[in-house]
Amino acid sequence: MSSPMESGNPVYAARRRVNAFMLTLSGAALAFGLFWLVWIVATLLWEGATALRPSILLQPTPPPGNDGGLSNAIIGSLMMAGVGTAIGTPVGILAGTYLAEYGRTGWLAPATRFINDVLLSAPSIVIGLFVYAVYVARVGHFSGWAGALALSVIVIPVVVRTTDDMLKLVPNSLREAAVALGCPKWKMITLVSYRAARAGILTGVLLAVARISGETAPLLFTALNNQFTSWNMNAPMANLPVVIFQFAMSPYDDWQRLAWGGAALITLVVLGINIAARMLFSKKH
Amino acid sequence: MATVLELEKPKVRVRGLDFHYGRFQALKNVSLDIAEKKVTAFIGPSGCGKSTLLRVFNRMFELYPEQRAKGEVLMDGENLLTSKRDVSLIRAKIGMVFQKATPFPMSIYDNIAFGVRLFERLPKGQMDERVEWALQKAALWSEVKDKLNQSGASLSGGQQQRLCIARGVAVKPEVLLLDEPCSALDPISTARIEELIEELKDDYTVVIVTHNMQQAARCSDYTAYMYLGDLVEFGETDQIFLKPREQATEDYITGRFG
Repeated sequence: MSSPMESGNPVYAARRRVNAFMLTLSGAALAFGLFWLVWIVATLLWEGATALRPSILLQPTPPPGNDGGLSNAIIGSLMMAGVGTAIGTPVGILAGTYLAEYGRTGWLAPATRFINDVLLSAPSIVIGLFVYAVYVARVGHFSGWAGALALSVIVIPVVVRTTDDMLKLVPNSLREAAVALGCPKWKMITLVSYRAARAGILTGVLLAVARISGETAPLLFTALNNQFTSWNMNAPMANLPVVIFQFAMSPYDDWQRLAWGGAALITLVVLGINIAARMLFSKKH
Repeated sequence: MATVLELEKPKVRVRGLDFHYGRFQALKNVSLDIAEKKVTAFIGPSGCGKSTLLRVFNRMFELYPEQRAKGEVLMDGENLLTSKRDVSLIRAKIGMVFQKATPFPMSIYDNIAFGVRLFERLPKGQMDERVEWALQKAALWSEVKDKLNQSGASLSGGQQQRLCIARGVAVKPEVLLLDEPCSALDPISTARIEELIEELKDDYTVVIVTHNMQQAARCSDYTAYMYLGDLVEFGETDQIFLKPREQATEDYITGRFG
């Protein structure tokens, strides 16, 4: 009787065929997904390359037909993203800490986690309208603060989620070891849990920054836009996404060119942040 | 149920201890004495409750709300289960080393200093001395003295476990609980830790949970055999291994346990 461990074995041959078929399918799916992504990035860089000159960083947005750059929008974007992150990060980290470290029992943590997940996938235009209704409409004018507020509402659920997830990855044995030494809980969290989850939590913050740097809808209803360089957070503020939106829709060639440049700029920044987050995270794992 | 062997100088006295994981009862009316500055071993098949008993001593189970203990665990006359003192103070007196080495994500030096800093504010020089002292105690000093600033995770498994012992010793506890400290180690590292246990009992009351009966025979003075939450037999290690009173104990230590 021949051994079943031969290549002619029908069970083995069938498994090989299924494997080859499925591998081809998943390879095709990968190629399909990647194709659009590469196309988008390539088009952006190709079209944006001519606009990516030093002047884009140094000069403010011009009237049609004049030379100019995007400096006012870059400044506005940096300021609002900075303030938004500064508001959202501590709130997000503290809430995430509660979920992972204190919310082991009871209904509050699961309920919060659920609502946070809803917020995480809420369309950003809803958040923009919300801030418009509760802040912009009350004070009566668009402003950088309103923009930063809207962005922080987007940052919070991202940071809550990653902080919660990363803290849950910290092995319980590490917590027990700290507690066994007579360590009170808050010190265990700040000295051991945070330290063990540091790279992951920081990665979450970076991803949140990447996410808000391209958001248009929440800023359209809050910060609006400004043709001039403004450092005043209490006034309407220029920002890259809204300028891109406005310029790309315009009939003027040079405005459209600047829109391409701004889009390429945001993409490169987001790409850079993602690569930094990845490197930070992989160094730890 | 074995009769309680009353020791003259117990460090810890357990009386009528029941323990529940939710509805499941893991310890049934356990009573035993832990002798001061001796090594007591808990043996028994998996799930018999020996680790559970160990985790009652420093109230580690309280981290998990569905776990409850009822009864008396008296240390120097005080019932630890009902003590009004901050549980952190109790835990600081009762060190614990776990099955899996758990170095904190920080340097070797900071791993040792971590527990000390919780209760003492030492000047740099004295802290250095304490770290060296603890690492000496754990027979690790000669291997790490030139790399105290390296991460604790960079050490080998056996070294990490000795680091954890040093970390536990550094806060100068009175009792040291070892929960299967050698189960993940190779024979050479195991031998080093066993030597260490021998030395530690000069200063500490040691309780060790082990699956390895030779280990219990080699390094303990008293042995408790547990089965399904009952303390079947407790006595001097020589007596347990040479002349067990209970048939169940004999079956287990001779490997005839089914």
